[in-house]
Amino acid sequence: MKIKPKSIALLGICAAIAMVLSYIESLIPLSFAVPGIKLGLANIAVIFALYKLGAKEAVAVSLVRIAWMAILFGNVMTLAYSVAGAALSLTAMILLKHWDRFSTVGVSVIGGILHNTGQILVAMLIMETAQIVYYLPILCVSGIAAGVAVGIVSAILVKRVPVSKD
Amino acid sequence: MKPLEKKHRNDLILIAVLLAAAGIAFGIIQLGKKSGGYAVVVQGGKEVATYPLNEDTSVTINSPTGFNTLVIKDGKADVTDADCPDKLCVNQHSISYDGETIVCLPNKLVVKIVSEAESDVDIIA
Repeated sequence: MKIKPKSIALLGICAAIAMVLSYIESLIPLSFAVPGIKLGLANIAVIFALYKLGAKEAVAVSLVRIAWMAILFGNVMTLAYSVAGAALSLTAMILLKHWDRFSTVGVSVIGGILHNTGQILVAMLIMETAQIVYYLPILCVSGIAAGVAVGIVSAILVKRVPVSKD
Repeated sequence: MKPLEKKHRNDLILIAVLLAAAGIAFGIIQLGKKSGGYAVVVQGGKEVATYPLNEDTSVTINSPTGFNTLVIKDGKADVTDADCPDKLCVNQHSISYDGETIVCLPNKLVVKIVSEAESDVDIIA
């Protein structure tokens, strides 16, 4: 399959929006009591790509965002956390969308929770301690709340922003 | 495509189930809490020091990447200063219950509370 110039442009826009959202999110300090609480704003762009462009495209948007955020603002350590979170979260969101039983809200909630889970798993491996799994229930609640918000915004965008197939 | 109303109902069920699961897990963790006796400092997976919680003390733990200051006061352990960029470990509340932790990812440091001085290494491993 040849990639159309228009798809490339669209993917570029989605990836750029995802990066901007990541950056905005990094300016909002949320991790006060429990580390790892985040809004997951960038997931709006990923879900948009997933619904409007396709699964492969969503993976591409996510990978480009993670790679560039790590290059610009992070380090190898944060890259490991991001990749683990995104891999779990994306896999689940793609399957859930394919299953077609939930709206973008359900998809986004699952994506949010699994992002947290992936990061906790990597933290457990790196720190070699099982104790941090205690954070997971709290992160689940914050992940659900953020996931609902992100899902609602994504639903509006998926509905209102037209993307022609050709 | 399934109708949207049905999907929204499924969304709500999903969220309710997940919240319930998180609540139960949180409850189990809270119930399992008991006051710990010692603060164990773990660096890169290895225990490097143990401090009793009933003695007020202040130590600086150095690592190849930086330092963290651990203060034990009134039976509670707290990381009060560090040179890591995000200061997440400093912002975490002081800990005193068995199994509670303060984590500093950049310095690969974990401070955890255990009930016995012979810590639960086997449980962790």
